[in-house]
Amino acid sequence: MSDKQNTFRKEVREWLADNCPEEMRSPMESDKDACWGGRDFTFQSEAQRLWLERMSARGWTAPDWPEAYGGGGLNREQLKTLKQELARINARPALVSFGISMLGPALLKYGNEEQKQEFLPPIVRGEIRWAQGYSEPNAGSDLANLQAPAIDMGDHYLLNGSKIWTSYGDDGDWMFCLVRTDLEAPKHQGISFMLFDMETPGITVRTIKLISGRSPFCEVFFEDVKIPKAQQVGELNKGWSIAKYLLTHEREMISWSGLSKSGSDSLGETAMGVIGGTDGQLDDTILRADIARFEVDEMAFALTIERARDEVKAGVSLGAVASWFKFFGTELNKQRYNLLMDMHGNDALAWTGEASDDGKLARDWLRTKGNSIEGGTSEIQLNIVAKHILGLPG
Amino acid sequence: MALVLNEEQIMLRDAAKDFLGNRAPVSHHRQLRDNGDEPGFSQELWAEMAEMGWAAIIIPETYGGLDYGCTGLGLVLEETGRTLTPSPLLSTALIGSSALLLSGNDELCQQWLPQIASGEALLSLAFEESSQHRPGTVSTRAEPEGEGYRLNGTKLAVMDGSSADAFIVSARTRSGENPSEGISLFLVPAGTGGLGITTTKLLDNHRSSEIRLDEVLLSRSHLLGPLHGGYPILEQTLDRGRIGMAAEMLGIAQEVFERTMQYLKERKQFGVQIGAFQALQHRAATLFGEIELCKSVVLKALQAIDENSDDTALLASLAKVKCGQTARLATAEGIQMHGGIGMTDEFDIGFFIKRWRSLNQQLGDSRYHLDRFAKLKGY
Repeated sequence: MSDKQNTFRKEVREWLADNCPEEMRSPMESDKDACWGGRDFTFQSEAQRLWLERMSARGWTAPDWPEAYGGGGLNREQLKTLKQELARINARPALVSFGISMLGPALLKYGNEEQKQEFLPPIVRGEIRWAQGYSEPNAGSDLANLQAPAIDMGDHYLLNGSKIWTSYGDDGDWMFCLVRTDLEAPKHQGISFMLFDMETPGITVRTIKLISGRSPFCEVFFEDVKIPKAQQVGELNKGWSIAKYLLTHEREMISWSGLSKSGSDSLGETAMGVIGGTDGQLDDTILRADIARFEVDEMAFALTIERARDEVKAGVSLGAVASWFKFFGTELNKQRYNLLMDMHGNDALAWTGEASDDGKLARDWLRTKGNSIEGGTSEIQLNIVAKHILGLPG
Repeated sequence: MALVLNEEQIMLRDAAKDFLGNRAPVSHHRQLRDNGDEPGFSQELWAEMAEMGWAAIIIPETYGGLDYGCTGLGLVLEETGRTLTPSPLLSTALIGSSALLLSGNDELCQQWLPQIASGEALLSLAFEESSQHRPGTVSTRAEPEGEGYRLNGTKLAVMDGSSADAFIVSARTRSGENPSEGISLFLVPAGTGGLGITTTKLLDNHRSSEIRLDEVLLSRSHLLGPLHGGYPILEQTLDRGRIGMAAEMLGIAQEVFERTMQYLKERKQFGVQIGAFQALQHRAATLFGEIELCKSVVLKALQAIDENSDDTALLASLAKVKCGQTARLATAEGIQMHGGIGMTDEFDIGFFIKRWRSLNQQLGDSRYHLDRFAKLKGY
């Protein structure tokens, strides 16, 4: 390791020792512990607020973005060092944000200078929470069939129609949205990418209650919503390229969910605790075989992610393989929750009450059913693999 | 270590691909099968392989080898899986050499490894005693006799037994149930008095032997590894063999998959290429992913051997299960997607499913290794 890297590591370690509040040095216990930021966000604690403030002041909430836009300006090696040092002290993410994981990369690639200056710094600081406006009632798997029309009115666009499956749409301050700007063109060629404030007159948000009883998604309705022209990103009618670029990002993110969180128990260990064993072997032999099959796939998947990362470092591009990762990772996560439900027997059925944390397991299990639908269904991912990797016709 | 190949390894793999493609494609295996040539592989071809150094890949330079490590040999085995080239690479170059090396018996290593490295000597591991894989259940006995030992018992499923110059035999030297105490390993030269061999042709045209030891007398110098302490060496040797077999099954899966994808693009029914049907596309895409998983698992397991990692046993079972199940899927889908022609002897695809079955069953099948994986993970 070079001296430069060692110096950087030392600097990071010292800074974290001084600046990461004690309360932020343990894994998040539930989704409620996540810091999403935004105009109306209520911090869980003073420590959470301080942690965001300090990290964003250094640009380390978006460590590899350019410093000119509020990012940390770190190179790949430094980014790796920072992540390692954060993991070393079990630091919680200072900010969880679609602005950082999705919109930011798209703006950096497709946005103009004014847009980068205006929108990126508030994302880094966690001041604006972004929502994604992609799917519509008739544009799910066939996303390019989206219809919401944005008509050119001279100095602005006028948006109508609706979006659905908007994650946390009720908490979003701004939306990045795919709209139709050419009603005549073939479907992939009339789409544009726009940004707008959710407080703009004409926008209504309604939450959707899922089978888990929770409402992480919303429907968003537009009635003559005025969007200033400066808020259209990239080339007009070329928004589909941005959409595809973002979907690849999203799929990679979702696919990691198939892996168990580091530090948590393996399914086998959990089952030994719940069901018990004799001479070190789980008493339920059929469940034992099911768990072993799962863990074989889980370990093989983790190694494949490791290999993919090493190949990317060696200069091989991931490309359409991201679709397969999304497919396999989400199927794996569904299987994990099926097995967790299986092993907990009658306890798994609880829906309310303190003992079950208001039916957390059952609700989480139901929520995983959506993993292989959102971000492109498993079937769509397999289509992409068949067409773009295997070169099959049709 | 990064999960990518280094330049030396890529060169070795490309050389293997070239050589096997030219000298021993699947038609070579077909010819051996049709002619019924013994011992199931070509001695001439083995001499050429040895010339290229393949018999010496894992053997250290002090014993006349190349010291390229098991990762290198695994890459060659993967290529022989693609061409179905029969050879003593598994039985001798990987398993036999590993047993000698892991035993730490310098005298026997000096005596045998240089000959193995040059391709002159072949070794077979003789450890099974029933139709099920139970390396820890040994009823073959080795009792003290003068300055040496007297062996009695029967060994089954001895890979390439008919061509072996010597056998590495597991025997109980102390009674008991615990496999890790009381089992010893012996090197038994093929000509030793009291040794009987019966050989069977398997479905994949490889040879498997039954070895009978009837009052076989050996001097003390034939004891391989510590007295009563042979089992850990046997297990480590078997793990290397399992990983090598996984590499070969990965080669099989990839070759069958590529041939099948080609067919899906050529074969027309209802006026279109059958590869346009989604019912086939999704199965193909799923299989593609399973093969990607196997590539990672095999490379990690091979590297684990070379790094002497504590995880080698776990990775060996992982690799044997994952590659066994994936090659099973690939060969079954290969036949199904080829339709009627896939069922004919004239067509090559059937050779792959036979070889897969043989590799899957030997040194523990998927169920054995799934169970072992769970045990090693503590449940």
